[in-house]
Amino acid sequence: MIAGESKLAAEVLGARAPQVGEVPSASGRETFVINLGPQHPATHGVLRVKLEMDGEYVVRAEPVCGYIHRMHEKMGENRTYAQFLPNTSRIDYLSAMTYTHAFVGAVERGLKLQVPPRAEYIRVITSELNRISSHLVWWGAFLLDLGGFTPLLYAFDDRELILDLLEGICGARLTYCYYRIGGLYNDVDDTFIEGTRAFIAHFRPRLKMYRQLVTENVIFRKRLLGIGPISAEMCRRYGATGPVIRGSGVAYDVRRLEPYSVYPQFDFEIPTFSESDSMARYLVRMEEMAQSLRIIEQALDKLPAGPVMAEKVPRVLKLPAGDYCYAVEAARGRFMVRLVSDNKEIPYRVKLRTPCLSNLSLYEEASRGMLLPDALALMGSLDLVIPDIDR
Amino acid sequence: MMNYLSLHSEPLRLVLFLAGLMAFVGLNAAYLVWVERKGAGRFQRRPGPTEAGPAGLLQPIADALKLLSKQLIVPDGVDRTLFRVAPLLMMSPAMISLAVIPWGQSLAARNINLGLLMIFAFGSINVMAIMLGGWSSRNKYAIISAARVVSQNVAYEIPVLLVVITTILVTGTMNLNEIVANQAGPFWKWYIFRWDLNPLAPVTFLIFYICMLAETNRAPFDMAEAESELVAGAYTEYSGMGFGVFFMAEYANILLGCSLATVLFLGGWQSPIGILPGVFWFLIKLYFLVFSVIWVRWTFPRTQFYGLLNLSWKILIPVSLFTLILSSALVKL
Repeated sequence: MIAGESKLAAEVLGARAPQVGEVPSASGRETFVINLGPQHPATHGVLRVKLEMDGEYVVRAEPVCGYIHRMHEKMGENRTYAQFLPNTSRIDYLSAMTYTHAFVGAVERGLKLQVPPRAEYIRVITSELNRISSHLVWWGAFLLDLGGFTPLLYAFDDRELILDLLEGICGARLTYCYYRIGGLYNDVDDTFIEGTRAFIAHFRPRLKMYRQLVTENVIFRKRLLGIGPISAEMCRRYGATGPVIRGSGVAYDVRRLEPYSVYPQFDFEIPTFSESDSMARYLVRMEEMAQSLRIIEQALDKLPAGPVMAEKVPRVLKLPAGDYCYAVEAARGRFMVRLVSDNKEIPYRVKLRTPCLSNLSLYEEASRGMLLPDALALMGSLDLVIPDIDR
Repeated sequence: MMNYLSLHSEPLRLVLFLAGLMAFVGLNAAYLVWVERKGAGRFQRRPGPTEAGPAGLLQPIADALKLLSKQLIVPDGVDRTLFRVAPLLMMSPAMISLAVIPWGQSLAARNINLGLLMIFAFGSINVMAIMLGGWSSRNKYAIISAARVVSQNVAYEIPVLLVVITTILVTGTMNLNEIVANQAGPFWKWYIFRWDLNPLAPVTFLIFYICMLAETNRAPFDMAEAESELVAGAYTEYSGMGFGVFFMAEYANILLGCSLATVLFLGGWQSPIGILPGVFWFLIKLYFLVFSVIWVRWTFPRTQFYGLLNLSWKILIPVSLFTLILSSALVKL
């Protein structure tokens, strides 16, 4: 443990935080270790957190990762670009569209491919639909963490509509491989466009209902207001992005700051809340769903005609030697693919920068001195997807 | 039927009643699970159990058979006696307490003068049962849960007793049958509407209801088995029928709490319009309360533990104390 950390723990607990495995002295506080996970209802996957507890207070939370490590980066170095494409949708299974977008974007950058505008518009529409479905899963699961079971099924009800729409255009419901290098797998039909418009009309009143039923619930507000503050400075140190940093009052959004695809053509806001507690992160995501609806609406209105695949996509994809990056704003934050090519069919190095790993790494510091239920509410507000951490 | 039986031997009557109560509690516990699952399904826009029997009506029986056929695993290193006794210790006080509840005008297993006192004497035993279950399980989650249950029940025993003392002051008796008899007449004679005796009567009922939720460890106060925090709390290590008995005891306790609320505040077996037998009205009121308990569970998220204690110590106890003083002053006048 570094000196700064134990000083902070001393401020929080009024005593020196013991190290894991340390035998407490007769005068010191007595702590015990709880293994939260890898199979625990609150971790939503195989994350294990070694919690050192003093009664119900968390002295130190040590995340143990790697239970679902699948070597995605190494796999990328053993197969061609097209073969690696399906892997990208299995990193964060809830936000597969945006992840595929980053990968095809990086390859297209390397090949200097011009993607037709219609394809880019459809990419934006499907990415934003995917963002809403991802936030809906988080919303239900977060309330499950807080002990409210019912919202989960309402969220899945709405998510089902999105999944049906996406299934209609690409055949998959979760791990889409809809974006292809140079464009899309196929064009959208009228059913999709009308269905998406119908979804927008359906979902706006639902968001309002969620606000009335959940956001304004007194027990819910008491559980979140002022709980789990994460300062902008802490976000900067750990590299936290996405709704976590926007809940700390920093308007960091890749769609606005490093514009990609056709996002600059749309009018949308980056919701930020400066309270930096769990409630702020909750409100950011709720507002983001409304903003995503706005983007989809505009994209549907402006949707140009034309092909959805670039004309001159080479049969054998061989990136010129160099270093190519492409970052996207995924549902959980900044996802970046970095490809290093040495002019072969197989990349020399694939680096995936996933948002959840950074968001998780601040957990140890942020949860110090919290009560167990609050610490779990904080973990829920970070919206962790475990395969995205381990990848 | 009761008059006929009372002509005959008292022990026979008691045995019949106890057998009837056990059957009633068992059947209710099983079918309240069905009601809960079906109700939760409706609240959550899904059908609930449908497969076993018409409308899933055989589901509780299938569940019970499954639980009975499972081995009761006793983990290494646990206190074996306490581990096995705890579920029974939780079930039996609820059964015994139900014996003094008047289901109808002359339908009570035991009509004793200290009925209310007896219920509260036994009522605290189930806290000990959860505590023993949690403690003997030798599981960290279970021990945290046991500690929570104790402080939660200490906090909520006080307002519930203050509220009950207020009621005793107003009625002047601890005999549940007499308490119900005092509420005869139209529904504004029920104690929940008797502002003349206790100006805060509806508030008193609300406090009783909240405390009842907290004492039976029901959501939003289900700290003992907060599944997203403590896996299954004190019940984590229980399997098979050990778990099943805990589960049934939870419903038996809800049944007891709701019947007590019915007797003390909603006029028990008194009919508001003077028709149909008393037992019918008692069950209507009882199941309305039970349904509201289920409704609350599937609507609200769980409270935070300090929020729960604050609610009791800072709001419920002062308010119920104030009610007690107010009604004792009124009684004196």
